[in-house]
Amino acid sequence: MLQFLIRRLTGAVVIMFLIGAFTFFLFYTIPQDFAQLSCGKNCSPENIAVIRENLGLDKPITTQFWEFMRGIVAGRDFAVGHCAAPCLGQSFSTGDFVWDSIMDRFPLTLSLTVGALVIFLVIGLGSGLLAAWKRGTALDKAVSGASMVLSSFQIYFLGPIVLGLFVYSTGWMENPKYVPFLDNPVDWAVALLIPWAVMATIFTAQYTRMSRSTMIEQLQEEHVRTARAKGMPQRYVFFRYAWRGSLAPIVTILGMDLSGLLAGGVVTEFTFDLAGIGRLAVESSLTKDLPVTMGVMLFGAFFILVLNIIVDLAYAYIDPRVRLA
Amino acid sequence: MTTLTKTEDTPAPTGPEAFLSVRDLRVRFSTEDGVVKAVDGLSFDVERGKTLGIVGESGSGKSVTNLAVLGLHNPQSSSVTGEILLDGKNLIAASEKEMERIRGNRAAMIFQDPLTALSPYYTVGRQLAEPFRKHTGASRKEAKARAIEMLTKVGIPQPALRFDDYPHQFSGGMRQRAMIAMSLMCNPDLLIADEPTTALDVTVQAQILDLLKDLQQEFGSAIIFITHDLGVIANMADDLLVMYAGRAVERGTVREVLQQPKHPYTWGLLSSMPRLGGDINEALMPIPGSPPSLLNPPSGCPFHPRCAFTEKVDGERCSGERPLLAEGRAAACHLTPEQKRTIFIDDIKPRLG
Repeated sequence: MLQFLIRRLTGAVVIMFLIGAFTFFLFYTIPQDFAQLSCGKNCSPENIAVIRENLGLDKPITTQFWEFMRGIVAGRDFAVGHCAAPCLGQSFSTGDFVWDSIMDRFPLTLSLTVGALVIFLVIGLGSGLLAAWKRGTALDKAVSGASMVLSSFQIYFLGPIVLGLFVYSTGWMENPKYVPFLDNPVDWAVALLIPWAVMATIFTAQYTRMSRSTMIEQLQEEHVRTARAKGMPQRYVFFRYAWRGSLAPIVTILGMDLSGLLAGGVVTEFTFDLAGIGRLAVESSLTKDLPVTMGVMLFGAFFILVLNIIVDLAYAYIDPRVRLA
Repeated sequence: MTTLTKTEDTPAPTGPEAFLSVRDLRVRFSTEDGVVKAVDGLSFDVERGKTLGIVGESGSGKSVTNLAVLGLHNPQSSSVTGEILLDGKNLIAASEKEMERIRGNRAAMIFQDPLTALSPYYTVGRQLAEPFRKHTGASRKEAKARAIEMLTKVGIPQPALRFDDYPHQFSGGMRQRAMIAMSLMCNPDLLIADEPTTALDVTVQAQILDLLKDLQQEFGSAIIFITHDLGVIANMADDLLVMYAGRAVERGTVREVLQQPKHPYTWGLLSSMPRLGGDINEALMPIPGSPPSLLNPPSGCPFHPRCAFTEKVDGERCSGERPLLAEGRAAACHLTPEQKRTIFIDDIKPRLG
């Protein structure tokens, strides 16, 4: 177990390094003078030279890469001051430290993720289980049909409709915005209710279909039939035997969805005009703000890698045949 | 043309002490392609302490019959009619709750593949103890003691340690032993063994068969032993039922059926069996063709398209009229008893060696 964690975490660090290196060098293949970009038009050559020095752009590219990577672990000094670890560098366009910009945006992204997650897990898995329990009945068909329709919706389609209905035409709710949770948990929830509902609708539909179909598959497993043949009550067989077997595929997909959500939902944030990680990523690549783009990439990669490890740990817990080594 | 009357499928080979008595059992599955008559008018009896062997090819309805006995078919996609009397109680009319009390308690089942039939997610001990606690209301501790006792009985070494193992930590033979131990937890009066040795090595197979016989002597259960292996059945069963296309085609004691088989299908099964010490060049005699579709079974005798002896029967009877299975020792075939005897002695027996 410990061995597994050490091995996987080392692997994750290596992958993070490779992702960083790849993004870094890829960016430098762009024929663009970042100092010029940062300074804007009508910039004197002297100014450019100063900026170049401040950003470290006058050093060889390998040195720049080394300093960037070192900064993540040990922090780094810039002309504007010390950037504490994990230092992801300084934005070319705003001059802010990248880590600080990410931390500014992250609470919103985290709030969107957590809220939507709770809703779609409870309703999605619940209705999927219900449909599987009542399989073949009218209820099952209704649930399956609805989830089929809903899962083909998109956030940028459903979002504006909901906004139009509840905000613009009726005025029942305000435009979604971020209120820090610690300031006022109720306002926090109310202000994000619409994005949560829209995100959750689409995910709910997927989780309903997935949990229904894996449950129905599991119910046909021979070991589930054995449990019935022993005289175990139907409900027990359903929740203890079939559900246990359905967990592994659900956890896999959940891990992937969750890391995607935490890395920032570009479409959601643009649809509801919220400033989260996704928006930061898009803006930074449009302005060719390399440190920010890299920071966001690494930040997202971190969640993917960590959740992967968590999913593997969950596997071992769910299925005793899986050995961690 | 199939001429079929309602009564002919319900002969009653009733022994007064029949513990399980199945009458005119019909199991139908509705599929997208139509209705599959998986079991079509089957009757048999099993007495306490006796073993009924059921043989037949895959898809002949052996397993479907026995799942029906325990009421394990999905009522939404299947219909089960007829009578299944377990100690006088009709299981077809029983509610799901009543069936839950019978399953694993009075009637238990051993499945074919112990690898897939035990849940990979729970320890062997838990899977054994569970039905015992449910049926007897025993405490966790009592159930554990009982499970260890049964694991000992089926010959699992160090049962107290093995209790906490998962099925994947067991070998194939041990898993089947654990499965048998599980089925015996509540001393069932009826044990249904659905090809319990098919997935096992031959040496392990022999051990498991011995074990089953010993346990039957000890507990006096009635056993239904399903297999397609006639060698195994000769060793295990008292009575034998040969099934084809969802019906019984021959019935008798094991001795009678294996030594003087009367149905061309039984002849075919016997001739397809390789024999030890046979010449290496000696051809096996497989039954030509494949089992019929149960969506549209052949008219008349369901075996006639594969039968080599139809021309010995007058007219179109084989394809036009379904032969009946009489009571007691019988075979459902239009050949006359005289013909059956001569064909068997002249053509079949020499091949069996």
